[in-house]
Amino acid sequence: MPTVRYETYSCEIRENESLLDGLLRQGAPIAHACKAGSCGSCMLRAVDGTVPARAQQGLKDSWKARGYFLACMCRPESDLTVAEVGSDARLGATITGLHHLSLDVLRVRLVCEAPFDFRPGQYVTLLRDDGLARSYSIASLLDESELELHVRRIPNGRMSGWLYEEAGPGARVQLQGPSGECFYVAGREDQPMLLIGTGTGLAPLYGIVRDALKTGHRGPIHLFHGALRTEGLYLREELAALAVGHANLAYTPSVLQDDGPIDLMIASRFPKLDGWRGFVCGDPTLVQSLKKKLFLSGIASRDIYADAFLPSAP
Amino acid sequence: MSANTTTLFEQLGGPAAVEAAVDNFYRKVLTDDRVSSFFDDVDMDRQRAKQKAFLTMAFGGPHNYSGKDMRNGHAHLVARGLNDSHVDAIVEILGATLRDMQVPENLIQQVTAIAESTRKDVLSR
Repeated sequence: MPTVRYETYSCEIRENESLLDGLLRQGAPIAHACKAGSCGSCMLRAVDGTVPARAQQGLKDSWKARGYFLACMCRPESDLTVAEVGSDARLGATITGLHHLSLDVLRVRLVCEAPFDFRPGQYVTLLRDDGLARSYSIASLLDESELELHVRRIPNGRMSGWLYEEAGPGARVQLQGPSGECFYVAGREDQPMLLIGTGTGLAPLYGIVRDALKTGHRGPIHLFHGALRTEGLYLREELAALAVGHANLAYTPSVLQDDGPIDLMIASRFPKLDGWRGFVCGDPTLVQSLKKKLFLSGIASRDIYADAFLPSAP
Repeated sequence: MSANTTTLFEQLGGPAAVEAAVDNFYRKVLTDDRVSSFFDDVDMDRQRAKQKAFLTMAFGGPHNYSGKDMRNGHAHLVARGLNDSHVDAIVEILGATLRDMQVPENLIQQVTAIAESTRKDVLSR
């Protein structure tokens, strides 16, 4: 079994165990959240030894070259010495505003210490001092002075609990990222677009819709936001106003308790979607189902952009 | 290049033909009641990548498939009841996809023959 060293920790990685789980088993304080190779919060740097290619999948080339890899995706085949990532992978930021958008959604605004390049709809990992990490989608545009995230309150959630109860304006955090492929790509500005989100799945879509409009997208844009109950719908006035200001934007809030499953509603309202562009964000099961429905309705797979919000692993 | 040195993959149109075929092929697979249940729980992006690799191979293109890969990749489906009728369905869907693309019948036969050649490995025989 290969041995992994990290700071003062050393452990033999068991069969079918990731490097992350091995180090956590030894009590090493490694930031982590999704444990599925998606959020990027468990990124480490290999100082000595070889990291399997799979553990570097999806990382920027410059990061790969520096030996960065995702601990949760790493099943080492030989001994490895690993360390924290360098400061170039993370960026300090200060919380500037916390505002309740609904009963269980908080708008978190941040100012970064250095220019932060992203596409609205991508996601970023927020790290607290103690290494607690969670990923959130970016709802703001690049030229806005603050970064905007929508945080859903999770029962007993540590990060959301902290943001709701303790963190105030002025609190310092670190950001890692951005990641994700779910964003507006300029071109084909007459293409009709369908965007569907549930819960805080609205956050990336709020960024994407405004990005598309600002870029000059002319084709019809249909935005659907679903929530279980009326109280779960948020930014209704802003979105309704945005639709008044843009003739090509239609905004449809949907209370799922009354309207039924959103994927069935979409399938019956949009049976033919040949040539469209689709975006789906939020609950993973729903995202998978909607992706398939959009595809079967005729959207080319390269025109389907999705972001499934994976729950954090223990 | 003379006609008889052109490979099947080139005659079909190479990687562009695979890209043009894969969405149509995958849609047919997902909506065909004979086989769709095998694809209910799979991740679409990963599955599409696999379909693309399969089509590249069946089109006579460069690929890294071995008989062992075919066996390992389908063993869990054989356990779920994958049998000859499902392979028949996939070969048929493959032919229908190529017909949609106006591919000449003699080339379709060559493609389906390559797909057919994987049957034993796919079914773990």
